[in-house]
Amino acid sequence: MAQFDEETLAGLMRRANGGEAPAYAAFLRAALPMLRQIARRELERAGGRGDDPEDIVQEAMLAMHLKRHTWREDEPIGPWIRAITRYKAIDYMRRRGRTAERVDIDAVAEHLAAPGNEDPTLRTDLERSVERLEGKSGAIVKAVGLEGEDISAVARRMAMSDGAVRVALHRGLRRLAALRVREGN
Amino acid sequence: METEKLIAALAQDVQPRESGVRAMWLTAGAVGLAAVLLAFVVFVGPRSDIASALETPRFLLKPFITGILFASGFAALFRLMRPGVRLERYALALLAAPAILAAAVLAEMILLPVDLWRDQLVGTNALDCLTVLPLMSAAPLLVFIWALRQGAPTRPVLSGAIAGLSAAGLGGTFYALNCTDDSPFFVMTWYPLATLIVVGAGALLGWKLLRW
Repeated sequence: MAQFDEETLAGLMRRANGGEAPAYAAFLRAALPMLRQIARRELERAGGRGDDPEDIVQEAMLAMHLKRHTWREDEPIGPWIRAITRYKAIDYMRRRGRTAERVDIDAVAEHLAAPGNEDPTLRTDLERSVERLEGKSGAIVKAVGLEGEDISAVARRMAMSDGAVRVALHRGLRRLAALRVREGN
Repeated sequence: METEKLIAALAQDVQPRESGVRAMWLTAGAVGLAAVLLAFVVFVGPRSDIASALETPRFLLKPFITGILFASGFAALFRLMRPGVRLERYALALLAAPAILAAAVLAEMILLPVDLWRDQLVGTNALDCLTVLPLMSAAPLLVFIWALRQGAPTRPVLSGAIAGLSAAGLGGTFYALNCTDDSPFFVMTWYPLATLIVVGAGALLGWKLLRW
């Protein structure tokens, strides 16, 4: 297993907790290989061939983001990251297992054979949920998360203040996580 | 969605961190305690001979044991709500209350003639114990579940069950001040049954509500 520099990760997260956005982006980027490794390994262990580990990676990232207050700065961050990613991997496989049971192969065979208009691997589960988010906060999550707009650009376009967009983005991300939970039940 | 865009989006949602998980957990404890205290004062109240009861070890043992149950469960909750934190010796601490109760039962077996055992075990408040104790535990249970929801429990059913255990300890501590059956025989029979009701409710709530 590759070793990850957990001290660096913890240092970045401490700075992120102080409100430094660049340190937080650096933390998420630095954690990415670790998340991918765990996601791949959990999928292999469950024999989930053809599943996209990136689905799990994105779920875990959103969860880490919304639950980052559950990491205490004096504790090692590695076990925290691993536990969240594993929890999301198990959750993902539970959903998949359930969906697989429900699908009637004959009914979808034609679609399976037909060439799709788009490459399905480019669309992650999280993206599908983002597209279902409604309202202003949903539109802001779409603009920032899917189109990659930044907050001040969204603020100008929607004639809102930066602060209001920020608040709506946070609410939208929370609603996104809640939607994922509802869809998983 | 490209993960890089997700990272960019999340990084734009970073503010100096709001209050930590510990403050929230302590708040849950305080609110739970206040709720039970209120229910006790308004609906239940102490038994009429509380002053003399306070001088008997049998009586004092009851809130002592339930208090330990509350404390050990509450300490475990703080670990269960944080991913990657192991329970370890906190799981062991959960056995303290049952162990003390078992020792008290042994002592009672030595102290009490066998022909009195049955009456002491059945007592006079069994039905009260099975209803009032769980009812008094309901409010702290809901508060603890709320606190767990703010956290990130990776074991939802276990976390809910421990929330129930701790809440039953808190509810039981105050119920014990009302209950006139003090024999460890009564406590070992009815308190755990009442506690089990709350633990079951907690596990169910955990299963339903503690996904994130």
